[in-house]
Amino acid sequence: MATSAPPLGRRLDWQTVRVESTEPLGRRARLLKLGVTDWPGHLPGQHADVRLTADDGYEAQRSYSIASAAHEPGVSLAVEHVEGGEVSPYLTTEIRPGDAFELRGPIGGYFVWEAANGGPLYLCAGGSGIAPFKAVLEHRERFARGVPTTVLYAVRSPEHAMFAERINALATSDPALQIVWTYTRAAPKSWRGYARRVDAAMLRETAPRPDARPLIYVCGPTPFVELVASTLVELGYAPESIRTERFGPSGE
Amino acid sequence: MNNQNRPIARGFRGRRTDPANRARVPPGQHVTQDFPVLSAGPTPHVPLTEWTFSMHAGNTPLGKWTWAEFQDLPHTHITVDIHCVTKWSKLDTVWEGVTIDALLEAAGLTAPPTAHVMAHCDGGYSTNLPTADLVGGRGMIATRFADAPLAAAHGGPARLLVPHLYFWKSAKWVRSFEFITAERPGFWESLGYHIYGDPWREQRYSGD
Repeated sequence: MATSAPPLGRRLDWQTVRVESTEPLGRRARLLKLGVTDWPGHLPGQHADVRLTADDGYEAQRSYSIASAAHEPGVSLAVEHVEGGEVSPYLTTEIRPGDAFELRGPIGGYFVWEAANGGPLYLCAGGSGIAPFKAVLEHRERFARGVPTTVLYAVRSPEHAMFAERINALATSDPALQIVWTYTRAAPKSWRGYARRVDAAMLRETAPRPDARPLIYVCGPTPFVELVASTLVELGYAPESIRTERFGPSGE
Repeated sequence: MNNQNRPIARGFRGRRTDPANRARVPPGQHVTQDFPVLSAGPTPHVPLTEWTFSMHAGNTPLGKWTWAEFQDLPHTHITVDIHCVTKWSKLDTVWEGVTIDALLEAAGLTAPPTAHVMAHCDGGYSTNLPTADLVGGRGMIATRFADAPLAAAHGGPARLLVPHLYFWKSAKWVRSFEFITAERPGFWESLGYHIYGDPWREQRYSGD
């Protein structure tokens, strides 16, 4: 059963993968579902490298979060469209089912969580930072239902949210999973939840208490991660219990 | 470059590296103007009054400097290109700090005492390097970037700078050197990243 990553030290070879389908993820991102023939498995939270080769041999590489868990078919990558970027506009607007490119991975052995790590789990996502947590939540649903888990997800507006339906459905079916949304620009009418940027009060209200020793994962744009991680340290959470993944400015 | 067996990305043009810079950009890298931040955990904030940098080999201390003492060591400016394993390269970055040559000299050493070093950092990070890669002006402890104190998110107050290797080797928040005779992997090197990390040979991950 492909629930775990390949042993470290295994050589990561490039392999050709085919796009099976794509779907929009919120307003600015796209989910690419890839058919893979020789994928070694991965842990929730890991990412993969994409290599595009132009017809004259020019190549470009980028890393993207894997949004699917290893027990699901194929590998799904979440790609956020970076305005003026080199690779992401191609992947979000140009690529179609049937197209092929190269992939290698999985990469990153630290920002990972699997059932054996237990909980409580506190996942803080900003924008497309939800992508690795989608893999965590799918893995948890399959192998670790009942692990106390809170997701704090900050997005500009409901239209910008990624995986909203699926995440809400997972939470509806498992009382141990709580999703807390905060809308930083535009909340739905009659919204009674958070409608501001993440701050100390919001973290205090939503995170398990420090003495519960939660495993904390923070993923999103650099300023979001810097703020959340530093504030959690100030609130008394052990720095070594906080794992971070910062996006961008990616330099695309 | 042997790209013959690769799938061609239909309609992909990409943004070619400026020909003037092409020889400076390692394979699979692209040039960025900004300065991305990548760290595995929260940014540590150590007051300068508590900051020290030390070196040891086994149980033998080889040198220790407070922030004030470190400022009194001879400083060097360098302008270098840096290459992050996450694919960005940044050209002509300007740094100021104390070369490892100067540190060794300040400790009364004419050469590194061992073939390898483990750099230890606030926040529990570590990285391993051959000492040969640190001497001869190839490595420094940098405290200033672009003519300003190095920001905490970028590794301030002091980070290792070894620009000819992928940038995870340029450990942020560096606090000590442990000289070791046998190479052993540091933080990322234990988690799937290459033990040496030469960008020109594209040594990103174990086995590359």
